Amino acid sequence: MKVTFPHLGNLYVPIKAMLDDLGTDYVVPPFSNKSALELGTKYAPELACLPLKITIGNFIQAYEKGADTIIMVGGCGPCRFGYYYEMQREILHDIGYKMDMIALDIPWGNYKEKVAGIRKLAEGVKKLAGGWNINKILKAAVNTTIISKRMDELESLSFKVRPREKKRGTTNEIMKEFRNKVFSTKGSAGIKKLIEYTEKKLLEVEIDNNYKPLRVGIVGEIYTTIDTGTSLNIQERLGDMGVEVCRPVTISGWIIEHIIKGGLHLPRDLRFAEAAKPYLGAMIGGHAQETIGNSVLFAKDGYDGIIQIYPLTCMPEIVAESILPSIERDYGIPVLTLIIDEMTGEAGYLTRVEAFLDLLEKRRESKAIEGTTVLSGN
Amino acid sequence: MAIKVGIPRGLFYYRYYPLWKTFLEELGADVVLSDHTNKRILDEGVKSCVDEACLPVKVFHGHVLNLKDRVDYLFIPRLTSISKDEYICPKIGGIPDMVKNTIKGLPQIIDTEINVRRSHKNMWKAVMEIGSYFSDNKFQIRKAYNKAQKVQDMYDGAVRKGRLPSDILNSFQGDNTNFSLIRMDENPDRMDVSLNRADVNPNRNDVRANHGSMQRGQSLLNILVIGHPYNLYDSYINMDLVKKLRNNGVNLITVDMQDESTINKKASFLNKPMFWNFGRLAIGTAMHMLEKGNIDGIIYLMSFGCGVDSFVCDLTEKRVKRMSTIPFIVLTIDEHSGEAGMNTRVEAFIDMIRWRKKDESNISALR
Repeated sequence: MKVTFPHLGNLYVPIKAMLDDLGTDYVVPPFSNKSALELGTKYAPELACLPLKITIGNFIQAYEKGADTIIMVGGCGPCRFGYYYEMQREILHDIGYKMDMIALDIPWGNYKEKVAGIRKLAEGVKKLAGGWNINKILKAAVNTTIISKRMDELESLSFKVRPREKKRGTTNEIMKEFRNKVFSTKGSAGIKKLIEYTEKKLLEVEIDNNYKPLRVGIVGEIYTTIDTGTSLNIQERLGDMGVEVCRPVTISGWIIEHIIKGGLHLPRDLRFAEAAKPYLGAMIGGHAQETIGNSVLFAKDGYDGIIQIYPLTCMPEIVAESILPSIERDYGIPVLTLIIDEMTGEAGYLTRVEAFLDLLEKRRESKAIEGTTVLSGN
Repeated sequence: MAIKVGIPRGLFYYRYYPLWKTFLEELGADVVLSDHTNKRILDEGVKSCVDEACLPVKVFHGHVLNLKDRVDYLFIPRLTSISKDEYICPKIGGIPDMVKNTIKGLPQIIDTEINVRRSHKNMWKAVMEIGSYFSDNKFQIRKAYNKAQKVQDMYDGAVRKGRLPSDILNSFQGDNTNFSLIRMDENPDRMDVSLNRADVNPNRNDVRANHGSMQRGQSLLNILVIGHPYNLYDSYINMDLVKKLRNNGVNLITVDMQDESTINKKASFLNKPMFWNFGRLAIGTAMHMLEKGNIDGIIYLMSFGCGVDSFVCDLTEKRVKRMSTIPFIVLTIDEHSGEAGMNTRVEAFIDMIRWRKKDESNISALR
């Protein structure tokens, strides 16, 4: 058995650590690239959302590198993501790729379905771990969570350092070095050390302390905001243009809040839901509530602007998009919506981002002048 | 003066109008409907709504604009879930918020959440909340809802026996709308007969009467038309698909005509149960019809950008292709759809089925 998994930003790091620890053979698919998207577009339904297409491409490319089993997670709606692994199984079956699917799905439904769901989940875990070594499994689960948390911390540190660095490109080089090294590092212990090392290097980067960067919040659908290959590296690019970005939706947040706390019915961090309440009264699936709530929190926190990113036809984000203008109006914060699909052109996309940043810059300037000068007419 | 409550003629109007109308009227409210979808409603809806939304959601915005200055309340409940363990669609769950944040100058919106995903008891909570806008008397609200439920059951029964919701709803327009009439215009004897063959063509005579321009000697084709009620029964946005099919000698079979428990059994082959109400019904109906083997073709009507359909349609198509040789066509509609293109596709599909029926049996058995 050779396992593979879909790409989602830095998700490959904790998953790699977990599979190393469990001693399972695996293939990391090539980073989401154009040909993965082309493969996915060819085989997935035309109107399916972008992440499905890219993940199909990931699996086919991994298959060509020898993978025969897929790990996927599922959900219970109403967002389409919950049905992804079924769609992927059907699509791969029809085009003749024989791959097993280990679906780690939250058991739901009526009593009978729940029992069947739990059994399936247990079978999946057993297959992955190659036996019922509870100690090993628990340890791997804990380490995966810790690494994904560390990874996200590392990333958000890079978001802070990048716009302030004195020599442009230093942060990108450090992150690139990390990417190269992580593939030759085995096991969670090694990867943890590597993360620590990278973190130290990032902290040593020479920064301009007087520089006050524009602050932009990134909200939207989880896949397109997190996966750098899909969002045309927006976070790095903004950083290179001297903008500090913040992206509250993270993989570790999803694992800890959604899977662990949600699964065990523990109290969750629901600040965003509280903030979203006046605009969106209920959970409608996906990350719509997070998008709205975090936008409100960003506005209250004095951010300069918000960028919403989502794949074409994403149902929850369409609802969020139609609500965002109200937040824009109520809090006076500009919002730019970027919609990604297989036809997205990089140049057009960047032009819009640059224009948006110009707008934010001008707004900040005029705000700074506002208090000090008086129009001659007054 | 009675309180005027507006119900937009879009989305789940086609499914629950009898229930809502009876309930609100029993509580002393005046129910005002928006006009039938027309060019103005469509255009204004498209203009006010975000570009990425699907056609029915845009049209719904148009209906709200059409109603908003004529009523005291707008009835747009938040339909999160209408069946156990299932959702409808994020956009429909979020429609009150979409409307509120897009359209200015709205009257108060009744946006009570209806969510029976975990337990059916939540329905009563929602009913009481909606009722409290009109009455403090809990007993009265309960009575009104019970009566409304009876009318809805009658409506559902009539639909299940093969009458299209659009036909029923359109024949009860005007001031004196009384859904209890549904039963009266049907011959009780005939109903018994149709009960036995409820899901295929209940009364051919009636159906044939609908096919005025059908050519002599043509046999009636049974075609399963899968589509959300709000696309299938809104004759403006689907460019009169129902009439077109009938004129071409087609007996329409729809998802709503099926008995839900049969469908559930058929849909249970899925590895993972569907968590969309419509998805389960659609795929279950397709499987049921394939097994019975008395349909000549399947038309899947979807609106561009529909997230649920993008998966359900593909899954259904895959299954149909694997299990049978029944022709399958997907018709996608959006605000740019041209009627000529639709006609061409529908006619070509039906011609193809007819030629196939006529010619395929002519092939020699000795090959």
